[in-house]
Amino acid sequence: MANKTILSASDVHLFYGQKEALKGVSLDCYENEITALIGPSGCGKSTFLRTLNRMNDLIPNVTITGNILLDGKNIYAPNTDTVELRKQVGMVFQQPNPFPFSIYDNVTFGLKIAGITDRAVLDEAVETSLKAAAVWDDVKDKLNESALALSGGQQQRVCIARVIAVKPDIILMDEPTSALDPISSSKVENMMMELKQDYTIITVTHNMQQASRISDRTAFFLNGELIEVDETKKIFLDPKNKQTEDYISGKFG
Amino acid sequence: MHDSIKESLTMRSTSAKREFRGKFLAMFCTTIIIILVLSLIGFIASKGITIFVSDKVNIIDFLTHSIWSADKTDSQGRPLLGALPMIMGSFSVTFLATIIATPFAIAAAVFMTEISPKLGKKVLQPVIELLVGIPSVVYGFIGVSVVIPFVRNTFGGSGFGILAGTFVLFVMILPTITSMSIDALKAVPRHYREAALAVGATRWQTISRVVLRAGAPGLFTAVVFGMARAFGEALAVQMVIGNAMLLPQNLVSPASTLTSVLTMNMGNTVMGTTANNALWSLALLLLLMSLLFNTVIKYIAKKGTLK
Repeated sequence: MANKTILSASDVHLFYGQKEALKGVSLDCYENEITALIGPSGCGKSTFLRTLNRMNDLIPNVTITGNILLDGKNIYAPNTDTVELRKQVGMVFQQPNPFPFSIYDNVTFGLKIAGITDRAVLDEAVETSLKAAAVWDDVKDKLNESALALSGGQQQRVCIARVIAVKPDIILMDEPTSALDPISSSKVENMMMELKQDYTIITVTHNMQQASRISDRTAFFLNGELIEVDETKKIFLDPKNKQTEDYISGKFG
Repeated sequence: MHDSIKESLTMRSTSAKREFRGKFLAMFCTTIIIILVLSLIGFIASKGITIFVSDKVNIIDFLTHSIWSADKTDSQGRPLLGALPMIMGSFSVTFLATIIATPFAIAAAVFMTEISPKLGKKVLQPVIELLVGIPSVVYGFIGVSVVIPFVRNTFGGSGFGILAGTFVLFVMILPTITSMSIDALKAVPRHYREAALAVGATRWQTISRVVLRAGAPGLFTAVVFGMARAFGEALAVQMVIGNAMLLPQNLVSPASTLTSVLTMNMGNTVMGTTANNALWSLALLLLLMSLLFNTVIKYIAKKGTLK
C-alpha cells in the first residue's frame, strides 16, 4: 500500500485494575483506508479502539502502557491535549447517540464548542456534513426538529455528520451498524466507502461480511492480543494464522 | 364423576379468588384515599368561599387590597379582608429563596454527578440527608437566634422580615432542589457525555452544553418542587418573618405569609365567624397554589419525556 501511516500503535497494554485487557497490541493504520477490527466479544477490539482517542481515560482504574503515535506524536505523552486529540480523532458509537436537541444543533455542536458562531459557516458545515453522511436528503426539511424523532439509521448518520463537521483526520467507529437494520446498515456502509476519500476510518465490527465488503485492512483480535493483521483480501482468502482461519470460517466466535 | 369435572371447570379457582380479593383490597384502599382527598378539597373549598358568598367580599378586593381586619367593615358593610400583604409575603420569600438556592443546588448536583461522585457520596449526600431530616421548628429556632441578629446587624431594621424568611427557606429548600437535581443529572445518559467528548468538548463544555441542557426538564421540576416546598412552609417562616399584616415596604420590615397568618391566628378565632372563615379562604388559596405547582411539575415532566 502506498498510503502513508497515520496512526501507529506499538506494544499497547491496557489494564482494568489488575485485569489485562490488551496484551501488547501493535498496529499501523494508513491514511484514507478503512481498517476493520474483528474478533469475538470481549477480545479487546473496542477497548483498543477507545485507546486511540483516549476515551478510556474516562473509566477509573485504567492503566495504559505503550505508545500510540498519531502523525508521529505520542498521544499518551503527558503534554497531550485530549480535547485537541479528540477533535483530530472523532468517534461514532455503537448505539446512535444524538443529543436531545435539533438536528442542526447536533451537527453544529462540535463547531460551536470550538468557538465558531458565524451562521453562514455553521449552515454550510451542516449541509456538507449531512451530505457526506448521506442523510441530507432525509433531514434537510427538518433541521430544526429533534434528532430523536429520526429512525435509528438516520440518527446514526446524523451522529456521523456531527463527527465529520469537526473535520477530524481519523474517524473511529465502534460497531456503527450493529443497532441498525440491514437497509440502514448498507447505507452506512456505502457512506463509509465514500468517506474514506477524505478520512481514515477505523471500525470495529462483529459482522465479518461487512469487514470483507468495506475494509482495506483487517485486524483480528483474540483475548486481548492482535493475532493477525493484513490486507482484507489476504486475511479472508489466505490467513496465515490458524486461529484467524478458524474464526473467519466460523469454527468459533 | 361427570359432575365433579363440570364443577371444577365452572367453579372459580383458588388463584382467581385470591386475585379478586387482592384487587378488591387495592381498589378499596385507593377509593378511600381518593374520597379523602376529594372531601378535603371540598371541605376547604366550601369553607373558603364562605366570605365571598355570605359576607359578599369581592374576590378581586380579596386578592388586591392590603387591609386585613375582619371586624371592620367598609362603606358597604363588607368586612375588610385584603390578603395582598400575605400573598406578596408568600411569593417574595418563595421566589427569593428559590433564586438563591437554585445555583447552589445545581452546582452541588453537578459536583456530585460529574466532578467528584466519590467525595459527593461520602460528604455531600449525608449532609443533604441531614438537612432534610432537621425539623422545621429547629430551623426556625436557628433563624431567630442566628439569622435575625445577623440581618439586624447587617441590613438594619428589627431583623424580622422577608430577608430572614428567605435565608431560612433557602437552607430548607436547598436539599430538596439538590437531591432532585442530582436525580435529573444522573438520568442524563452516559452516552451523551461520551458523544460530546468525542467531538472535542472539554469537560466543562460537556457539562454546560449537554448535561445541563439534556437534564433541563428534570432541573425545572426540581426548582418548582423547591418552590412548592417554600410556599407551603409555615412554622420556620412564621418564627422569623415578623408577622405584621402589612404590605412589605422593604426586605427587612416585618411581614407575613399565607402560612404564617394561618398558624398564628387559627387558634385565636371562633369557628364560623367571619375572621375564621377568612382564614379558610387563605387556606384555599394555598391549596390552589400547590395544585398549580403540581400541574406545572406534571407539565414539565410530560414535555421532557416527549422530546
